[in-house]
Amino acid sequence: MGVLHLVNRSPGESLALAQCLERACAGDAVLLLESGVYAVLKDSVFAPTRLVESMPRVAIHALAPDLAARGIAAEEVLAGVVLIDYVGFVELSVIHTPIISWN
Amino acid sequence: MKNFLFVLRHPPHEGAGIRESLDMVMTVAAFDQSVRVLFLDDGVFLLKLGQCPHNPNLKPTSPLFAALEIYDVEGLWVEQESLAERGLGLANLILPVQTIRREEIAFFLATADIVVAC
Repeated sequence: MGVLHLVNRSPGESLALAQCLERACAGDAVLLLESGVYAVLKDSVFAPTRLVESMPRVAIHALAPDLAARGIAAEEVLAGVVLIDYVGFVELSVIHTPIISWN
Repeated sequence: MKNFLFVLRHPPHEGAGIRESLDMVMTVAAFDQSVRVLFLDDGVFLLKLGQCPHNPNLKPTSPLFAALEIYDVEGLWVEQESLAERGLGLANLILPVQTIRREEIAFFLATADIVVAC
């Protein structure tokens, strides 16, 4: 399988997600974690458009415990983002090679 | 008496920064100085309603701000544009705050004797 891209910076403070998505190719996966999860806020001006454009090529995941810690409810999450738990994180790590952090 | 303004611009859970910032705010307030706190950019996420971590290492930051009232902190100010850009409104915040427009920030900063960027 493709590459797993980890993004842990908020799109309001960092270009990490945008820079990652420009390099990700078809079959890759992106996991948003820590402050990176703010990218999924569907009414935000920072990331949703870019995420939606990428979705046909790249699977976008977000770590649910990090969403909960930041008070982001399921109904605030952009459609098409796959929410996963720590077990899902491990599964993504196993099926993708290599793993790159855009921190 | 000096006029202090603390500017918080970063989201929660990025190290001990926010707790250290609040320590500063409370210390200054305890010495009977005038203290205001301004939330800009990703700093508005500090006040987001519903922070509920399962991980005990990620305690919600928002209740810490509720304690500021006890210390006579004169005002919590949030920039309207920072909220709107993140798809948030006042109803998404844990506390009542005062709002300020981006064009008013320059004047707001100029009214402080000391600005502490956190």
